[in-house]
Amino acid sequence: MKLKFALFGALTATIASAALAQSSEPPGGKYAKEAEQMFRNSFREDNPKYWMRRLDQDETMKLCSQYRDNPPRKIGARIEQMNRESIRYPVDGKLIGDWKEGEKLAAVGTGGHIGFIQPDPAGRVRGGNCYACHQLAKAEVAYGTIGPSLQHFGKLRGNSEEIVKYTYDKIYNSNAFTACTNMPRFGLHNWLTPEQITHIVAFLVDPESPVNKD
Amino acid sequence: MRLNLTCRLVGAALLALATGHALAQDAKVADELAKYREALADGNPADLLEVRGEGLWQEKRGPKNASLEQCDFGLGPGKLEGAYAQLPRYFKDTGRVMDVESRLVHCMMTLQGFTFEQATKNWYSKPGTESDIEALVTFIGAKSNGVKINVPATHPEEAKMAKMGEYIFYRRSGPQDFSCAICHGQDGKRIRLQELGNLTTQAGAGEAMKTWPSYRVSQGTVWTMQRRLIDCMRQARWPEPKYLSDSVIALETFLQKTASGTVMATPGIKR
Ligand code: HEC
Ligand code: HEC
Repeated sequence: MKLKFALFGALTATIASAALAQSSEPPGGKYAKEAEQMFRNSFREDNPKYWMRRLDQDETMKLCSQYRDNPPRKIGARIEQMNRESIRYPVDGKLIGDWKEGEKLAAVGTGGHIGFIQPDPAGRVRGGNCYACHQLAKAEVAYGTIGPSLQHFGKLRGNSEEIVKYTYDKIYNSNAFTACTNMPRFGLHNWLTPEQITHIVAFLVDPESPVNKD
Repeated sequence: MRLNLTCRLVGAALLALATGHALAQDAKVADELAKYREALADGNPADLLEVRGEGLWQEKRGPKNASLEQCDFGLGPGKLEGAYAQLPRYFKDTGRVMDVESRLVHCMMTLQGFTFEQATKNWYSKPGTESDIEALVTFIGAKSNGVKINVPATHPEEAKMAKMGEYIFYRRSGPQDFSCAICHGQDGKRIRLQELGNLTTQAGAGEAMKTWPSYRVSQGTVWTMQRRLIDCMRQARWPEPKYLSDSVIALETFLQKTASGTVMATPGIKR
């Protein structure tokens, strides 16, 4: 009886560790280092240095890549903590801006494309591109599904101080709540300014915004 | 072949209608369909490209005044049936894992005497400038139609390349925190209205890879896999990789290995 238990225990432990080894092997396996070198050497020499910096990875990116965006809980918690600390607020402290501005920013998917074949022209507006991944206003049917629907976000969640702050923080740095989410960290990368983020917050929570009204 | 393409075009249009929700009249979908119909009415330009590719294959060209007919894509000199479906692969003569495009350029250099710059100058077409490589790859791709993709990556160099491709696939960087996996790592997702397959499964990778090279209606030309992946890196907001760089070949090896077993049907028809 005792032996049986011990055997059973040993067996499940073996199975568990085999499964673990399988799923936790970082992409690239033993070639990861070499692959990084190869990747870096694959870009045109005439890419300006400041473009090449886009290939640098911060700790969050490194960990997320290593764990295929599915880090163990403890590491996930560390990533979230690290990203929470990065959040900055507008100087006047106001987190709700103009939803009409936010509506425009949410729809813009251009900006930030580089390279020699089809770069964005200089000065091209950089938007939040929220519709690439989210359903928002009812009237816009060309929405993606990588993220959850945010239709009626304010209607469902309200616009308490707590919700407003959560919404701002989430857009500023999505990884503060969900380590390795597919959602970009708009504030951290200065892709959107704190002020622009307040406009998008308004688009999500203002009762008059088409996200909530229709 | 013409009939085949036509069937696929109509199929794509019907599918778009059937899967479109109540708002299929949505201007964008209608616009896509109009473009498909237009492409149908004029005949598919990819047909012409394939014919041009065959001509280029047989034509004596370059400083050595030779054709490409002795080019070896891994199945022996001039053996094109099923060649695309087993690429990328390791080549002893160069000591490298090569895809269809790098091998083609290799042949243009060794058999025809072109320099690398000459061979790759117009590796993709622009309005008013045709691309020989696009035409040749369309021709070579069609020679694998009906053949199963077969990249087991058993040679150590191939196995290594597939692993390195996997590394890049999950590697996140840039001002949008993107990796290939963000857009292509889940089932049944779309970005705006564009369907994104799950390239980490055999079904998803197969569905995608079997259709390349593909005629892109929005671009009015055939895109090679190099062109496709270099553009995805642009969408990821990364700098521009070199044409034929190892990173792109590694990604192709990873994807073709995952897709292995799927029957090729090229040129595909894409948005
Ligand atoms: C590349 C895809 C992508 C883009 C672009 C994107 N998101 Fe997200 N978003 C996600 C995903 C995936 C989630 C779910 C996981 C999570 O919570 O991070 C999410 C979650 C959210 C949430 C939390 C929802 C909840 O139920 O609490 C909010 C709010 C949000 N996104 C707002 C935005 C806004 C606003 C934009 C545009 C500025 C945006 N997102 C752009 C992918 C994206
Ligand atoms: C920001 C999102 C995004 C990223 C990041 C991205 N892609 Fe794509 N990819 C797309 C879109 C959009 C398409 C075109 C889909 C369409 O036309 O319907 C596409 C098409 C493809 C296709 C052709 C699929 C088919 O069904 O024919 C392949 C293969 C592919 N991508 C591979 C990659 C690889 C490898 C990477 C990483 C280097 C990558 N992509 C990064 C958005 C992305």
